Amino acid sequence: MSGSSQLTRRRFLEVSAFVGGGLVVGCRIGKETGPAAALAGAANADGAAATSAASAAGRAGGDALFVPNAWIEIGRDGAITLTCPRNEMGQDVHTAVAMILAEELEVDPREVAVVQAPVDPDAYTNSLLGAQITGGSTSIRDAWEPLRRGGATARTLLIAAAAARWDVPAAECRAESGHVLHPAHGRLRYAELAEAAASLPAPDASAIALKPASGFRVIGKPLARLDGADKARGRTRYGIDVALPGMLHAALVQCPVLGGSVAGFDAEAAKKRAGVRAVVDLGEGVAVVADRWFTAKAALADLAVEWNEGPNASVDSDSIRTALDQAADDPGAVIQHVGDPNAALGRGVAVSARYSTQLLAHMTLEPQNCVARVGAEGVDVWASTQFPQGAQAIAAEAAGVAPERVRVHAQPIGGGFGRRLDVDFIGQAVKIAKAMPGTPIKLVWSREEDVTHDFYRPPSLHLLRGSVANGRIDAFEHKLISPSVTARLFPVFVKDGLDPFMSEGTADFSYAIPNLDLRSVIREVGVRVGYWRSVSHAQNAFAIECFVDELAHSARQDPVAFRLAMLGELPRQAAVLERAAKVAGYSAKPGAGRAFGVASMQCYGSHVALIAVLSGKAEALKIEGLHFAVDCGIEIHPDQVEAQIVGAAVTGLMGALRAKVTLAKGRVEQSNFDDFPIPRMYEVPPITVARIESDAAPGGIGEVGTPLVAPAIANAVFALTSRRLRSLPLEEGGVRFI
Amino acid sequence: MIDFELNGERVEVDAPGDTPLLWILRDDLGLTGTKFGCGKSLCGACTIHLDGTPVRSCQLPIAEIAGRKVTTIEGLGGKVALAVQRAWDERQVVQCGYCQSGQVMAATALLVQNPKPDDAAIANAMSGNLCRCGTYGRVRDAIHAAARTLGDEA
Repeated sequence: MSGSSQLTRRRFLEVSAFVGGGLVVGCRIGKETGPAAALAGAANADGAAATSAASAAGRAGGDALFVPNAWIEIGRDGAITLTCPRNEMGQDVHTAVAMILAEELEVDPREVAVVQAPVDPDAYTNSLLGAQITGGSTSIRDAWEPLRRGGATARTLLIAAAAARWDVPAAECRAESGHVLHPAHGRLRYAELAEAAASLPAPDASAIALKPASGFRVIGKPLARLDGADKARGRTRYGIDVALPGMLHAALVQCPVLGGSVAGFDAEAAKKRAGVRAVVDLGEGVAVVADRWFTAKAALADLAVEWNEGPNASVDSDSIRTALDQAADDPGAVIQHVGDPNAALGRGVAVSARYSTQLLAHMTLEPQNCVARVGAEGVDVWASTQFPQGAQAIAAEAAGVAPERVRVHAQPIGGGFGRRLDVDFIGQAVKIAKAMPGTPIKLVWSREEDVTHDFYRPPSLHLLRGSVANGRIDAFEHKLISPSVTARLFPVFVKDGLDPFMSEGTADFSYAIPNLDLRSVIREVGVRVGYWRSVSHAQNAFAIECFVDELAHSARQDPVAFRLAMLGELPRQAAVLERAAKVAGYSAKPGAGRAFGVASMQCYGSHVALIAVLSGKAEALKIEGLHFAVDCGIEIHPDQVEAQIVGAAVTGLMGALRAKVTLAKGRVEQSNFDDFPIPRMYEVPPITVARIESDAAPGGIGEVGTPLVAPAIANAVFALTSRRLRSLPLEEGGVRFI
Repeated sequence: MIDFELNGERVEVDAPGDTPLLWILRDDLGLTGTKFGCGKSLCGACTIHLDGTPVRSCQLPIAEIAGRKVTTIEGLGGKVALAVQRAWDERQVVQCGYCQSGQVMAATALLVQNPKPDDAAIANAMSGNLCRCGTYGRVRDAIHAAARTLGDEA
């Protein structure tokens, strides 16, 4: 293996030597395809040349080689560029990666220009689907070690170059603020050293020393988001803002029944409108192309489309519920089995319950859109996407070309939440552009298309049984029944009926219980489903944390103490629960008209607990506050950890209280923000986040705040009103939140 | 031809009178800081100032703006706007940022009308502006901070 990486390194240096210029260090964020060695070499300021050179080297040597996907460049002009394969969608990933790099490179993070990586055709062929995806709260966990190593490698090379120039031992030099310093010789800027550093051999991994946390000057310190000023001034260009010379605008109407197709339409009527340039049949819908989007949208009404409604025409909310119910006796796939839960349930007083959650739309504020151009030079797509590789694949398919002929220009994302892991709208834009060769086409979905043609959060049914002995849970069973997103998007990851994205919160179940049985059943219901911020964590946490509360009640135990007693093996989890209770002023016997609700879980390598404070009565419940405690390991950018928890909590609130997607005759019944309400300012209660300091490796943070909101509020409703709400959204249970 | 004042300059637009201003700004004039979110005045992402008043441009036919003054995020200026945007920077309000042009336009208009809004006045003025990332708490904090800055300067 080390021989392979040596080969890669040598080939890379060979290939890049003739270009000359600044220093380039490649590292890999995410799944490794080979040894995790950093790769160093020279290139000019053209990062793309370096990328293809290194990837070519990797490909030539076989699939076990290290293929970098993140590039640290230090130009002769001193410019520092980090080409990052992760997309910025508000989660602050670009600022955080700049901070991680700056720490080891000894530069000001504000001087690091973070550039969105293009899709590398070699990465496309060499890597699994996971290679260029932004999701699952993985970016910082994946980047943490490799980016620090990459920064330290660059720093080591720059110091070596300075030491050689001064003819002193490298140990006498140090790096600080973009310079290498020596007590006798003064200082040299990185800009002056980059070229010489690039000609040096890459240091051995063992020669790279990473800073101890006690020496951090960037990580964990305050810093303004690198994208903040532009976003507050309307200067950030999202996918929907891309403009190209000669570009035309497309609007579309899709079959109102999901999965249906076009039977016929009147193109001539639409073409009579001034400004309409073309009408394109997309199979699942019809697009109108015009010189303005509004013109294209208005002309859709002239098409009089007739539809083949397809196999889902009779799907409705009842049939979905029935489909899940019918799978109740399916044994499903076992996620965890400990002890003998059946025998234990027979011994004690068994409690059983059914919980369910609703379909939800993503409602990204930037509607789905894509600019595409198809011509002799290949295919270009500009899109706000969480999945550039998927974008490349669907564009290639739609245009009928090889993936290598597709260039994906990933843009800043106006809200992802998992919707932009799907690339349907990108394929559509390419199909339209293919019908008008050479003309750039911007496809923008209306909000109505967005709401009625989402990939929805799966509806779920949860069957639970449990029993208590000696004040503790003796047996616990949970079975999740839901459609599988992974079976549709990445079927290779579904093994033996187990979708790993359905066992979140159960595969890493927090509580020590002697007799445990956790399962999942994949049951399709005729509605396309997608990953939705925190995925099955949210559904599983709602059922499990509420049912644990039911068991605490049946055991006449305090719900906080009851949980703590089962968290002896997870001290970090116990600590966040204790902290949340303290911050919230938790009391088992609060004053009349006031109540606390508790929820707790580990997820994404982080630990989180939430206490909801509720007042009022069932017809007028007021959420007084949501009080989180979080331990996410080392915090890169603490201010944005808080921002992510609070923002994710608002997402959780949306799913908890009243938003829902329902179907009738195969059609989604909601269409905009009026009938699918997302929380407005006046509806959001005070949200506090207590963060526990930790020196553990960073955990994920972008989704951690979402799952516990519904169970904490539902548990507070029970504490306040003695009404146990087992279905989402909670207002369906006859209560009302003000 | 419809002419109006846009960010301090007179512009002429040749488009059907029922075309919403939003699409003229974005598709004809290349001013993409004003965002499309819902098309029905439900989300506030397309908020502009019409003669100083915050208005949803997605439902504002250009026939209605002849001879009037339109300000977009690109043309926003003056000490109130400056204080608002600095407060946005200071409080690190933004996440995905897509709604933030509209939030800043609405917040600036609020502070021009009401230099010292309380929480209720802020919620009242800002609840038409949706933020799917959930930045409301920081939006509120930043408006208070901008009001303090402007009060100190006065």
